[in-house]
Amino acid sequence: MISEHQVKLEYTSGLREIDSFSHALIIFFMHQLSFNAESDLVRRPRRRVNSLSFGGSMSTRRAEFLAGVKATIPLLIGAFPFGVIFGALSINAGISPLGTVALSLFVFAGSAQFIGVGLVAGGASIPVIVLTTFVVNLRHALYSATLAPYVKHLSQRWLLPLGYMLTDEAFVTAVTHYAEAGDSTLKHWYFLGSELVLFICWQIFTLIGIVAGSQIKDANNWGLDFALYVTFTGMLVPLVKNRPTLAAVVVAALTAVLTNTMPNKIGLLIATLAGVAAGVIVEARFGVETEPLVAPEESVL
Amino acid sequence: MNEFALVLGMALVTFLVRYPVLVLVSKIPMPDRVFRALRYVPPAVLAAIIVPSLVMPDGKTLDLAPTNAYLVAGILAGLIAWRTKNLLLTIVIGMMLFLLLRALI
Repeated sequence: MISEHQVKLEYTSGLREIDSFSHALIIFFMHQLSFNAESDLVRRPRRRVNSLSFGGSMSTRRAEFLAGVKATIPLLIGAFPFGVIFGALSINAGISPLGTVALSLFVFAGSAQFIGVGLVAGGASIPVIVLTTFVVNLRHALYSATLAPYVKHLSQRWLLPLGYMLTDEAFVTAVTHYAEAGDSTLKHWYFLGSELVLFICWQIFTLIGIVAGSQIKDANNWGLDFALYVTFTGMLVPLVKNRPTLAAVVVAALTAVLTNTMPNKIGLLIATLAGVAAGVIVEARFGVETEPLVAPEESVL
Repeated sequence: MNEFALVLGMALVTFLVRYPVLVLVSKIPMPDRVFRALRYVPPAVLAAIIVPSLVMPDGKTLDLAPTNAYLVAGILAGLIAWRTKNLLLTIVIGMMLFLLLRALI
């Protein structure tokens, strides 16, 4: 194969005395090719599994995983009172410690667990509770649909735990990271790191709540639920970078307030869909501008 | 109350709205328009969770008075988040402001 290489004028000084070289190594990067670190980064000569590995990626699995854990740690402050209060409420609703642990382990969905034990305390039947759980969790289907294009290269071995441990917090954390620049073939390690730390800590928080359960009976009136809202506020505000997103937020918020008295939190789903529709309409009308809505210098705070 | 049936039922329906969608949607190609629309899910769902909780703390009646600690602390936390873009700072200061306001009001 014969190829011709042209060097830009400003780099010609680098070619000085090239006549005296026997070889020249040319490193190139085809930026428009799809890239899969697993198969494309050949780390060893073929079939020489014992030889030293070479080559590498800008990011490693370990670095992605740890970055996912790190990004999630602040969110634990919001989840802590939520998990503890869940454990306490569950015990006080008459569910056994084992049943409470099982709910956190196998359902692992904060708001649905809360509503579930609330219904148990209110004497609702199991079919009603299960149906309510389904409706309350319907938004996870939207989360899965949003994440699916990013994880389609993964095997079932990955999709199963990633799907099982999906929560509001992990969803926003992962989707934000996928939208960032960088090699996205390893970002599922970030996603897993975020989900795992939330899962493990949720179990610990639940256990604390179970132990504390007999002491705190009116925990629901302490106002600690605000911890969750302030966490979500901190996650939401940086996402509002352009006009369509602002429209989505305003419409979702107004619709959610108007539909808040509807049963089973179905209003949450309606409001989310209304917000998405508003974002799409405004994007079609005005496009997506990347500049912030108001430069920080112009703010009046 | 049959706790086994309760946990099994809740776990099953929760799993069914998470995992199958993740697998099915990743098997069929998603139109670009749908993909673009789904970018608005995170901000929309967060706003839909937060705002009603702040303006209707009891879940039923609208309370826009300055004595509503949820609303006042929520707005202040939003301003902190906007100015600092720091999640940890927003949570810690927002929570402190909320507890302070609740004690005062």
